[in-house]
Amino acid sequence: MSLISAENVSVRYGGQTVLDRVSLSLKAGEIVTIVGPNGSGKSTLLRALIGAEAVASGKVHRADHLRIGYVPQRLHIDPTLPLTVRRFLDLPRRVKEKDAQAALETAGLGNLGARQMADLSGGQFQRVLLARAILGNPQVLMLDEATQGLDQPGSASFYRQIETVRQALGCAVLMVSHELHVVMSASDRVICLNGHVCCEGTPDVVSAAPAYRELFGTGTGGALALYRHDHDHDHDHDHDHDHAHETAN
Amino acid sequence: MLDDFLVRAALAGVGTALATGALGCFVVWRRMAYFGDAMAHAALMGVALSLAFSFSITLGVVIAALAMAVLFLTLTGQGQTADATLGVLAHAGLALGLVGVALVPGQRISLDAYLFGDVLNVTRADLAVIWGGAVVVGGVLWWQWSALLTTTLSADLAHAAGIDPKRQDRLITFLLAIVVAVAIKVVGALLITALLIIPAATAQRFGRTPEIMAIVSSLLGAAAAIAGLQGALIWDTPVGPSIVVAAATFFGVSMVMPRSRA
Repeated sequence: MSLISAENVSVRYGGQTVLDRVSLSLKAGEIVTIVGPNGSGKSTLLRALIGAEAVASGKVHRADHLRIGYVPQRLHIDPTLPLTVRRFLDLPRRVKEKDAQAALETAGLGNLGARQMADLSGGQFQRVLLARAILGNPQVLMLDEATQGLDQPGSASFYRQIETVRQALGCAVLMVSHELHVVMSASDRVICLNGHVCCEGTPDVVSAAPAYRELFGTGTGGALALYRHDHDHDHDHDHDHDHAHETAN
Repeated sequence: MLDDFLVRAALAGVGTALATGALGCFVVWRRMAYFGDAMAHAALMGVALSLAFSFSITLGVVIAALAMAVLFLTLTGQGQTADATLGVLAHAGLALGLVGVALVPGQRISLDAYLFGDVLNVTRADLAVIWGGAVVVGGVLWWQWSALLTTTLSADLAHAAGIDPKRQDRLITFLLAIVVAVAIKVVGALLITALLIIPAATAQRFGRTPEIMAIVSSLLGAAAAIAGLQGALIWDTPVGPSIVVAAATFFGVSMVMPRSRA
């Protein structure tokens, strides 16, 4: 029985079709990754699933009282809004001190509840978003390019944390990414999206699929593949400091 | 005690400032300063309407402010930018109000009271409106605090938590309309936004959490109301603008103090 599913969902912005009859379904405990180039509708699909995006046709089904833990692509906190990590974890519902502490630990963070959100490094910030998302004991954890702004070792370590979280909670995970090599190994299923579903299957099936190769193989050429190889070793980098560089995307 | 006009003025100022201080935090966090201004300017149209059809000015102001918000949503939905739309509405609203009041038959009334406030002539009935409005604003903020804060951070986070962010946006708009109606007698339509923005902008330098910031902001607003009233008596200056000057002075002092959110 699926927790959440989309059935032939189309989304349009003005005259433009962003999602074209997309179907997917997520069962309890599954890890599904949606990959696709920029502008392929990945975030839109996730937002349609949580009800933040009106669908032009098709249907979104959510199980009754489904608990969703959502980690947005980016969270802008206005500089005028003072917000400690601990207070942030209390949104939208107050949580017990013990639970907040446990969530921070599960997300791979120490005791930084008293810190201002604005003072966190990129890696810490994403982990705090993760900690908040798991506090409601979600049945589905949804991550929208949650590693944007992290360097390669940083995002590799973040994804390992997600596997840890999933083992601890037993929740399903639906994530969106364009960083295929890090994500794919952990996924039960990969959906390759480019406005419509290009191909779908286990990680090896998708990476071998012609449709996938067409989207990610050519164009980026050998350079991207080489870059990936260079960086898929792990520095086990925990990010207590900020990195000034940005990822190119 | 309420027979003393100074006591009534002080109570009116404090009641207004408590409400604007807390709600003003949301206006600052959500960057709605100009939106608040447009609603406040529209209040003058409400005044004209209630004078023409002789019904309660409070009701007229709330209706005009809400109509302004609806008009804003309609226009921005049709491809105008928010900035330009607010620029059009704020000033068109103000001008229409001024023209409208002049067209009301009967004796000419002075608009100064509605433009700059007239807190020394606050009646018991006005006090009831001000404190009633302040209690409604405070109560709704208390009741919806977490949902409002979640929506302010991100509409998507709200959706994922089962909160309808559009409903929260409407709630903020509604509270703003009430605050405009409450504050018009105290500082007048032209300076209402000041009471929303200045205490909140001062408080954001010192609170650790949104709640502390809101409380500090309310207290700063109340202090400015008292100080402004005192100053107006000492130097024989208009009360509404004096309250805003006091608030701005607090802001100036805060800017030279070290920022502390620890």
